Amino acid sequence: MKPADVASLRMLRRARDRIDRDYADQIDIPALAAGAGYSREHFIRAFRAAYGETPGRYRTRRRVERACELLRSVNLTVTEICHLVGFTSLGTFSARFAEITGVSPTAYRQQAAERGGPAPIPGCFMLMWRTGLPAQNTSLPEKPAPAAAP
Amino acid sequence: MIKGISIVSVWVLDQDSAKEFYAGKLGFTVTNDLKLDNGMRWLTVRPPGSENQELLLMDPLHSMLDQETGQQVRALVAKGALSPGVMATSDCKGDHSTLAGRGVEFTQEPAERPYGVEAVMRDDSGNWYSFTQHKFLGD
Repeated sequence: MKPADVASLRMLRRARDRIDRDYADQIDIPALAAGAGYSREHFIRAFRAAYGETPGRYRTRRRVERACELLRSVNLTVTEICHLVGFTSLGTFSARFAEITGVSPTAYRQQAAERGGPAPIPGCFMLMWRTGLPAQNTSLPEKPAPAAAP
Repeated sequence: MIKGISIVSVWVLDQDSAKEFYAGKLGFTVTNDLKLDNGMRWLTVRPPGSENQELLLMDPLHSMLDQETGQQVRALVAKGALSPGVMATSDCKGDHSTLAGRGVEFTQEPAERPYGVEAVMRDDSGNWYSFTQHKFLGD
């Protein structure tokens, strides 16, 4: 595929930065596309060509990554965290979370507590990490993931 | 004995704009702005709190890179893929507020981390920096 020109890449990057900043808002992809000067379809294609995933998927990954941090560090319920990071449905949140991390939010929190202590890697690198967080369960015994509390 | 890193190279899309950004917005000192015989512009800036560290703001199209590679580097910078490192601050929240007021883009507001207070910023080209007030390093 022909690489996008620098001006287009800058517009795509600004759109992606907006997702990074305002991940918890109900950012609408067509509005992001319009802001970057693209039609919706063209924007999604160009974003995927530049970043390897669609803007919707990037937004989901970003929200889950923020949720991981909150699950590790703050004493809020899974439902509260679900809404804080921008999901409107707990079912969707739990499903997306499990797709990306391999465990439910509740299991993730338990595992983080068992490991103890903060992760040694700076949060900014977590944030920019293309593949999200490092595998959480490699050093832990396999456990069936309990369903998230409703 | 290695005593540190005196110059870090940073790829930028436009050296005039980068100079304005680093000197005008971040308050860096311009330490060199020279045109070399080979066509390269040697533009270095120094952070306000540092005596012996500089950033070399390099234009990939007028560098040691061939044109095709230079274009690839420009694309990587523009899409936000590159990060020169961590800027250390003695007051992350205060500086964030000052710099955001000057139009500096942050992709992450200051947040408490185990190692200090950290924000994430972009330069005018698209390079990202962690912007961190370290807990254990003092000022």
